[in-house]
Order: sequence, then structure tokens, then C-alpha cells
Amino acid sequence: MSTAAGQAGTPAERGARDDVLVRARGLQVHFPVSSKGLRRRRTGAVRAVDGVDLDIRRGETLGLVGESGCGKSTLGNALLRLVEPTAGRVEFDGTDVTALSAKALRALRRRAVMVFQDPYASLDPRTTVGQTVAEPLQVHSLHRGTEARAARVAELLELVGLDPSVASRYPHEFSGGQRQRVGIARALAGEPDFVVCDEAIASLDVSVQAQVLNLLRDLQQRLGLTYLFVSHDLAAVRHVSDRIAVMYLGRVVEVGDAADVSARPQHPYAQALLSAVPLPDPAAERRRERIVLSGDVPSATRVPSGCRFRTRCPRAFSPCPDVDPALQEVEPAHTAACHLHGVVGVPVAAGEHTGA
Amino acid sequence: MSEPVLVVEDLRVQLDTPRGNARIVNGLSYSVAPGETVAVVGESGSGKSVSVMALLGLLPKRARVTGSARFRGRDLLTMRERELRAVRGDGVGMVFQDPMTSLNPVLTIGRQLTEGLLAHRKVSGKREARERAAQLLADVGLPDPRGALDRFPHELSGGMRQRVVIATALAGDPALLIADEATTALDVTVQAQILDLVARLQDEHRTGVVWITHDLGVVAGVADRVLVMYGGRCVEDGTVDDVFERPAHPYTQGLLGSLPQLHDGGAGGSRELVAIGGTPPPPTDLPPGCVFWPRCPVRGDERCATEQPPLTPVGPRDGAGAGSSAVPHRAATFYDAARGAGEVGS
Repeated sequence: MSTAAGQAGTPAERGARDDVLVRARGLQVHFPVSSKGLRRRRTGAVRAVDGVDLDIRRGETLGLVGESGCGKSTLGNALLRLVEPTAGRVEFDGTDVTALSAKALRALRRRAVMVFQDPYASLDPRTTVGQTVAEPLQVHSLHRGTEARAARVAELLELVGLDPSVASRYPHEFSGGQRQRVGIARALAGEPDFVVCDEAIASLDVSVQAQVLNLLRDLQQRLGLTYLFVSHDLAAVRHVSDRIAVMYLGRVVEVGDAADVSARPQHPYAQALLSAVPLPDPAAERRRERIVLSGDVPSATRVPSGCRFRTRCPRAFSPCPDVDPALQEVEPAHTAACHLHGVVGVPVAAGEHTGA
Repeated sequence: MSEPVLVVEDLRVQLDTPRGNARIVNGLSYSVAPGETVAVVGESGSGKSVSVMALLGLLPKRARVTGSARFRGRDLLTMRERELRAVRGDGVGMVFQDPMTSLNPVLTIGRQLTEGLLAHRKVSGKREARERAAQLLADVGLPDPRGALDRFPHELSGGMRQRVVIATALAGDPALLIADEATTALDVTVQAQILDLVARLQDEHRTGVVWITHDLGVVAGVADRVLVMYGGRCVEDGTVDDVFERPAHPYTQGLLGSLPQLHDGGAGGSRELVAIGGTPPPPTDLPPGCVFWPRCPVRGDERCATEQPPLTPVGPRDGAGAGSSAVPHRAATFYDAARGAGEVGS
């Protein structure tokens, strides 16, 4: 149950509850880039995920935020092994997922699932809602027999707040919010432990987003689910998450309790990101001071050496190009990868410097 | 306050569709003063985008547009195509959501900028046009503006493209800028850059801005006045402070209540978001009374089901002086919305 999740408590108590369901160590996903023409020589790599250490605790919601191209979706995919990591490990409930056989991988697919962004694209328009929800049951040979399966589909539809009679209808008959409920019902069919919600509310209107957020929270409480909530919407992430991880250019640069990260971000990038979120409060908007970053995110094929944020960082100083900062504790249960809190990390080898 | 740049009165847009007559915009009225930002907010299908496309003659011919929209005193809705084209390049700038659809992918940035300048006779020749184009790109904060002139849209990032589109929109030194979800596709840090930029340019040129968005956070940051649209109608308008601090229409209240807050609650707290049940009505099948009635948790008056509530002034809050500001706060309700929805009809 979610009572194990990060409610208030002393750091020691929190440590005692550290029951990690998903653990990533040195996780790396690089996509090769080839030259044009016939020879297609490999000329480099998009370093989408570039050395991520992350723990997701049983029963918690970990929010993963960052801007487009930071690698947050690829990280979510790599945790489920929907893309093959190029290096590093992912452990799911103690098992190394990166080494699983095809058969064992299928068992993982039942326990670790994804809810996709676009409910218009992720449902087959020629398949009834009932068939869509029943598909995972077939794949995993669950609730065998026509009647048992229909009963389970009805149960799942009810679970997500849809009338079981809609099973015979097609996706086009549903609104975006209802489709997303169908997507959630399908994801929950195999009774998973871990759900990656990848921008699951991004394509929905505000008032409908709230319905889906409420549903996700309700389901977590009832079924004891663990969520990775991937989103660019910081307010939504703040609302649903127990802890928040901030990503920049393939790396997690800050992790901590949701309240701490949103109130006292420690990494300069997290500070800029949070200061840029428009608040629906005119008085607060007039008071606020935005940190406006200059320039664009560098290409993930040409990651700056040392700290990858240094080319845009308003507080960059001498060690930043020379030492790749590691996550370090800046307050209890709150880590950030920034030399302002002490120079910790891997020195850049001579001649390996890249970036402006 | 000086003469408004834009006065829209009783704007209506209807369109015949296979499912019947769609009433997309149903009697919209507002005005924009020089230097003022009016935000039009609403969810998808509320008619907010169609309402500005109608102003600029960008809708298909079969759309029936009625009402009036006077730009510097002349009605845009009755203008000939040729006059409209002159206005679009000269007096009114437009920025749409996706910069890639506003830019021609096979022309360089420089060509696209100078074309407009030359067509509207803002410059004497090509050389001057290039100078001016580079200046515009520098104004919008594009790094290496001269180099950018010879690049193609695909060579720029999304944020840089949107700056180019804004530069194009500002090339004619417009009196009115229409931004339709102009920052929606951008990341928040880039959005912050663009919002800063528009505010600065607006201050310098006293540009009137119509900012169309679904993002209430952006509205709170940029708008002087807000107009909340639902089902093609304005259900509430007023200063940004009045509307956000004392939302009077149940839809506005619902919209603000359904927003997750960055600095409040969170998973540790227990605040459940107040979702609005149901979905907006299709424009082919609007309810006879208040457009929000089918989803309304208040239903403060029995007439709501059968009659359209008119925009009525929201009374002053208890203890506060009546209407100190020149902009009235109005909501489309039959009851006195100032007393709070909860006290009515329950």
C-alpha cells in the first residue's frame, strides 16, 4: 500500500522503509548515428540516457521531469526493457532485467507496464474496447475461458470508472479522457506492480487531466501500485509524486522528496526549471523572479564535458568543465549533481573536453 | 485609456458539417487597447482559435461569420481579401502554435523575413530588407542573427523557430499581435524566454495583444484582462486578478480547481483535485440554456436549463469598494455570483 510511500518521517525512518522495487545503476542508452551515403559508417551516438542511477521504492510515485530531449521517456522505456540499454543494469524486484531470457521477459511484461501519452494513437481503432482490455489476459493466459475473461474485463472497466457495457464499443466513440481510462484498464489487466505513466495526461484538457490524476491516485491506493510518472508538467508531477527526479541531457541531476525539490531545488537547472513554471496566480506571477536560461539544450550527440549543464549555467565556475559531477546528498534524502555543494565526481581526462 | 486597436462585437461563427450545423462561436464581444494583453482561455473545442481565425479571414469560405471586428475603426469582417492581406502583413501580426507550419521549409529564414518586408514596402530594397531582417532576429534574441538569415527552418530548434515566427509577426510593426497557443509546444524554460520577449516588445511598441491559450499559468503571467470561453461563449471576463481571485462562473471555478498546484498539497497532502465531470458539448448539439448546464455542479437557477444567462456584473466582494477598476468583472449567471456559488440553490 502507499502508506509505505514517502510520507513525513525522520530520515532514519525513511531509510528503514527503503524497499526498492526498481533499481537502475549506470544505465545507458545510446543510439548510433551514421554518416549519410552508402557506407553508413557509425559517426557518433545520441546519448539519450547517459549514466543514470535511480531507485524507485515499492508503493511510491516517483515523478520524472525534464524538458524535451532530456531522455526521460527513453529512461522509462529502458526500465521496462522496451529499449535495450547499451550499458548498466536494471533490477526489478531483485532480478537483473537486462539479462532476462525471452520467456522471463514475458513474465516481467505482466508485472511492469506502461500507460502511453496519446490515447488516440495507442488504441487500435478496429478493436473493441473489451478486446483491447482482454488482450493482455490472452497473452499471459490469465482468466481463461470466455466467461471468466469477460468478467475480468468488466471488473477492469469498472475499476477505471467506465461502465462495463462499453466493452462492445470502439475507441472513436470515446472522448480523450475515457480513452485514457481504457489504456489504464489495459495496463492493469495483468495485475502489475509497476506502472510507467509516460506523459499520460499531456494530451488531455485541464479538467479531464484532473479526473485521470485522481483515478491514478485512487488506483495506487487500492492496488498498491508503484508509479514512475514521466511528465514535463511540473505542477502535475508535484501533485502526484512522493519523490521527484529531475533530468537534464541524459542524466538525473537531482532527486528528493517532492516537497523539498519543488520548494528548495538545489541544482541550478532544477532552480531555473521550477522558476519558469507559470503559476495560475496573478499576484504570485508579479512577485516571482524568473531565472531565464540563455541558449538551447546542447545536442545529445555533443554532450559538454564535465557538468553537462555548464554551458547554460548562470553559476558555472572553474571545476565544472573538468569534473563530471556525481549525485551527492545536499540535505537529508535530497541529492543533486552540482559542484556548488562540493566538487565530487569523475575528472575529465585530458584532451576529452567537449562543448563550448 | 486611448482608443482601442480592436473592437469585436457579437462575433458568431457557424459551419455546416455532416453532423449538422456547428455553432462554434456564439456572440463574442471584447476590445483590446494599445499595450494591453487580453487573454482568451478555454479548453479544446471552446472556439477560442476559430474566433481569431475568423477575424483574419482564415476560415474556409463556407464558414458563416457574423458580427463585427473593427481594427483601427475598420471592420475586418467585411474587408476584401486584398485589403485583409495588407492588414495581415502590416497592422496585425500572428503567431501560431507550431512554428513549423508557419515557416516555409524550403526557403531560408532570411528570404521569408525579407519577402514580407518588401511586399509591404517597409524597406527600399533587398539590401535594406536584409539589414532590417537581421535586426529583427537580433531583437527576438536569436544568437548569430546574420548567420541565421541563410539557414533553413529545420536547422533551428523549436524555440529558435518560434522566435523567427515572432520576428516575422513583428516585421510590420503591428498594432495588434495575435498569439494562438504560441508557447504551448515549447518547454517551460524556452516559454519563459518567449514570454519575456513578447512583454518587452509590447512595452516598447505599445502593441495590443490577444493571447489565446489553455494554460492558466501563462494567462496569470501575461494578461491584463481575461475572457473565459466555453462552448463558443464567453462565460466570464474581467481583470486577471478578479477572475483568478474571485472566479464567479462555475466553469471558471471548476477550471481553476482542477489545476494541480506547484506549491501546495502534493502526494504527502490529501488534496483531491476537483475535476469537472463529463465533457464539453459538441458544437452541433449545444444545450438550449447555459452551455455549461449539463456539467454544472451548481445549477443556481432553474432558468439555467432553458435560457442563456447573460453576462452580468459580479458584485463587489464583502467589505471591498465597488468596481474601483475601469474593467468590469462579469459572469454569465442568473444569480449574484459574488455571493458564492455554494449559497445558491442548494
